[in-house]
Amino acid sequence: MSALILHWALLGAHAMLSLGLLLAAYRLFSGPHAQDRVLAFDAVYLNGMLQVILLGMRNGSAVFFEAALLMGLLGFVSSAALAKFLMRGEVIE
Amino acid sequence: MSLDLPLWASLLVAALVLFGAFLTLLGAFGLLRAPTFYSRAHPPTLGATMGMASVLLGSMVYFSVTGSRLFVHELLLIIALPVVAPVTMMLLARAALFRDRQVRRYAEEQSERARRVADELRRMEEEAAQHEVTASATTVSGTERDAEEGQAS
Repeated sequence: MSALILHWALLGAHAMLSLGLLLAAYRLFSGPHAQDRVLAFDAVYLNGMLQVILLGMRNGSAVFFEAALLMGLLGFVSSAALAKFLMRGEVIE
Repeated sequence: MSLDLPLWASLLVAALVLFGAFLTLLGAFGLLRAPTFYSRAHPPTLGATMGMASVLLGSMVYFSVTGSRLFVHELLLIIALPVVAPVTMMLLARAALFRDRQVRRYAEEQSERARRVADELRRMEEEAAQHEVTASATTVSGTERDAEEGQAS
């Protein structure tokens, strides 16, 4: 019973996160300005990270968490670098 | 998936995970629907703070119940992401403000240039009209006009 509840909850969460990722990806491809694209890129990264965590729960292994941690930090660094690039035209001055 | 999970734990994990995923979906929907960049910056933070924390809390409860001890490594992400998110947002907002200002300045320069060209054109037209009037006045006597032309050359 509890396994069934968990299975369907994880599946529903996966579906919602995938839909959110698709919406953010649409904004990423059709964003009118570059800053909209960076914002959507950040949202895509976050959705992917949460999906990796859900995969870890589904497989019952804590190894996925490290991948999620890396994704979160890389998402931050790359968004900051992109914002810096929009500001200055170069990343490292 | 391990099956030795009590009912309360699975209900709690399911609720937390579904709530977090729903908040993230809501944030992505807002990102898609909001009209301007500055209003678009708000909705994804819903998923980046509360949604992320909720899913990670669900993961924490799940691993703590199925494992034999307390797992709190998800706290790393729960603490780290809300700390670094405002940095990104501030950089991005400043970049967006800078770019908007540049666009506005370019438009102002263009309109100023167009106004200057229009002024010049009007001035030239007025000059031409005046010249035409004097020319038609001087054609009465052709000799005067010839003299004028000779002077000019």
